[in-house]
Amino acid sequence: MTSADFSSQLETLRPQLLKYARLQLRNEAWAEDAVSETLLAALEKPQAFAGQSQLKTWLVGVLRHKLVDQIRRNCREMSLTAEDGEDLDELMFKPDGHWAETPADWGDPEQTLRQVEFMRVLEACVEQLPGQQGRLFMMREWLELDSTEICKVLGISSTNLWVMLHRARLRLRDCLQAHWFSSGQAS
Amino acid sequence: MKLIRTCREVTELALRAEDMRLSVGERLAVRLHLPICKACTRFQAQLALMRRASAQWRRYSEQAED
Repeated sequence: MTSADFSSQLETLRPQLLKYARLQLRNEAWAEDAVSETLLAALEKPQAFAGQSQLKTWLVGVLRHKLVDQIRRNCREMSLTAEDGEDLDELMFKPDGHWAETPADWGDPEQTLRQVEFMRVLEACVEQLPGQQGRLFMMREWLELDSTEICKVLGISSTNLWVMLHRARLRLRDCLQAHWFSSGQAS
Repeated sequence: MKLIRTCREVTELALRAEDMRLSVGERLAVRLHLPICKACTRFQAQLALMRRASAQWRRYSEQAED
C-alpha cells in the first residue's frame, strides 16, 4: 500500500472516529484533538494493517485511549447542564410508588437487535442525552470503564455517578420508546 | 431491611444493578417483587434489551461501514 492510499483510507475513516469522539466528549475541539492524535499514531505504523476493516478496529482501540486522556485533561471543564439536573422519576410513578403508566412490551429482542436501523436510532438517542449524562453513559457503555474507574477519573462520588446514569438510562428508554417502539419502525 | 418494595423502589434498584452490585437484601427484594409485577418485569426486559443493544452498538462501531 502506498502512503497516498493510506492517507485516503484515514481520510475515509476520520468522520466515523469523529462521531464517537463527539458523542463521548461533547466538545468539538477536544474531539478533533483526540482523533488527530489517533491518526498520528496510525501514521507511525502504516505497514501494520492488512485492510480497511483491520485498520478501523485498530483506530477505534487507540481512539478509546485518547478519549480517556482527553477526559483526564479536561475533566474540570466538564460541567452539568440544567437538563442534567432534571429528574424523570416524579412523572413515571404515582405518589404511592406504582407505575403511572405500565412500561410497554418491547417484544422479541432478537428481532430488534438484528436491525441496523435500530442501531442508528440508539446512536441518535445517545446523542440527545444531556452533556454530562451523555459523557458518563459513553464512558460506561462505549469505553467500558467500570464505575470505580469513572469516579476516579472524573473525581465524582459513586452516588453522583449513579444518579446521572440512572437519569441517562431513563432518558434513553423514553427516546427508544418514542422513536422506535411507538413509531411503527419496530415491525 | 424492607422485603416488600414499591415499583418505584424496585426500578431504582434495577437501574443501579446496571452499574453496581446490589446487596443480597436488595437482590432478594427484587426477586420477590418481579413474579408478582408485570410492569416491573417489562421494565427489566427493556433494560436487558438496552444493555444488549449497547454491546452490539460498541461492536458495530469497530467494524468498517459499507
